[in-house]
Amino acid sequence: MAVLIDIVLLAMLVLTAVSVVLNRDLFAVVMLFSIYSFLTAAIFVSLDAVDVAFTEAAVGAGISSVLMLGTLALTGRTEKKAKHNSIFPLIAVLITGAALVYGTLDMPPFGHAENPVHQHVAPRYIHDSPKEVGLPNMVTSVLASYRGYDTLGETVVVFTALIGVMALLGIRRRPLLKNLKKNRTENKPFEGLSDHLVLRVIAKLIIPMILLFALYVQFHGDFGPGGGFQAGVIAAAAFILYALVFGVQQSYQVIAPVFLRYTAVLGVLLYAGVGVLCIFAGGTFLDYNVLASNPLDGQHYGILVIEMGVGLTVFSVMLSVFYAFASRSEVV
Amino acid sequence: MAFFIDTLSFVLLMLGAFCGLTGAVGLFRLPDFFTRIHAASIADSLAAMLIIFGLLLQSGFSLVAVKLLFILLFLLVTSPTASHALAKAARHGGLLTLPEQSKKIKKRKSA
Repeated sequence: MAVLIDIVLLAMLVLTAVSVVLNRDLFAVVMLFSIYSFLTAAIFVSLDAVDVAFTEAAVGAGISSVLMLGTLALTGRTEKKAKHNSIFPLIAVLITGAALVYGTLDMPPFGHAENPVHQHVAPRYIHDSPKEVGLPNMVTSVLASYRGYDTLGETVVVFTALIGVMALLGIRRRPLLKNLKKNRTENKPFEGLSDHLVLRVIAKLIIPMILLFALYVQFHGDFGPGGGFQAGVIAAAAFILYALVFGVQQSYQVIAPVFLRYTAVLGVLLYAGVGVLCIFAGGTFLDYNVLASNPLDGQHYGILVIEMGVGLTVFSVMLSVFYAFASRSEVV
Repeated sequence: MAFFIDTLSFVLLMLGAFCGLTGAVGLFRLPDFFTRIHAASIADSLAAMLIIFGLLLQSGFSLVAVKLLFILLFLLVTSPTASHALAKAARHGGLLTLPEQSKKIKKRKSA
């Protein structure tokens, strides 16, 4: 039965990928990408990798679709016809693909217990992490403690993305002067979907629920699937919904772009600061054992704080990038 | 009792799956945009409700049941709103319903 589900999901994945390539309407392509991410998330669930599935659904299907739509609003929605001849690229792609498929022939059989991936560090994590880190969710132990350097690197990568977007686009703080005048003459209090009553009521209803869920995901990551990355993205999604329904200018009143710049930095500093604190307390960088008299407690405190740093940075970066796109694509 | 609950949940799950399929068929077979999202949104809401009730019977009184109820609440609020927003966006973009289209064509013919 599980094999059947996998086959169906993978077949749908291939179909989606092919239609992404063939479609020239970029709006449809963004939607197909979102479906692609959802299918990937479903495959991860069927592989029992719920943490990864959660991230894929929140980041891949959720926020990146919004950001790609924001990009489309700036660039236009149809793909240009390619001017160059596409035969040579096709040959190159076919040869590379064939080489990759040939490479998979040497891979160990899928899901076999003797595979290197099950022999290397995984048994140690499964055996020792309850004693060394003590979190019920082993994925969080690996992500935040054993692989703390990697996660710090990922957080910095997200932060770097923000620097890139700010350097290229920046955020326009004030509405265009002509928009302001137009709103004043038409006596409109704010932009956005102000005349859509249903959307406004429902948005007001579910934004607190989304924020509550984000906090749950943030602080429940030690016990179940979740953590800073997912929580940050979900919280950003709540504010993006607010900005879409009530207008970007209105949402500047709730969270100002300058404030987000500080919180993005604060998240990275919080993470790295815990590492430095560990050095001062007598351990090595990001060795949480020394943070409390009991090493297990130290691990708990360390992971809680660095997850908060991750969540803060991811939230601020996602919302800032959305602000950057949305403030540029202000219509009229 | 267990047999009764299992049968009931089986029936609910099957009905839910049937509603989902009906929605999918409607999405493909109906003539224009508005009739299509009408089929999809109504059948989907009902399917979600039936499937979650079926799963609730399986889970019994536990944390899972509470989570399922939350999911149901969220779906019942968001999925009609999404359809509403979609239809509004289509109207905003100038899409006409079938009767409006035929009226327009008639007008053009008479003029």
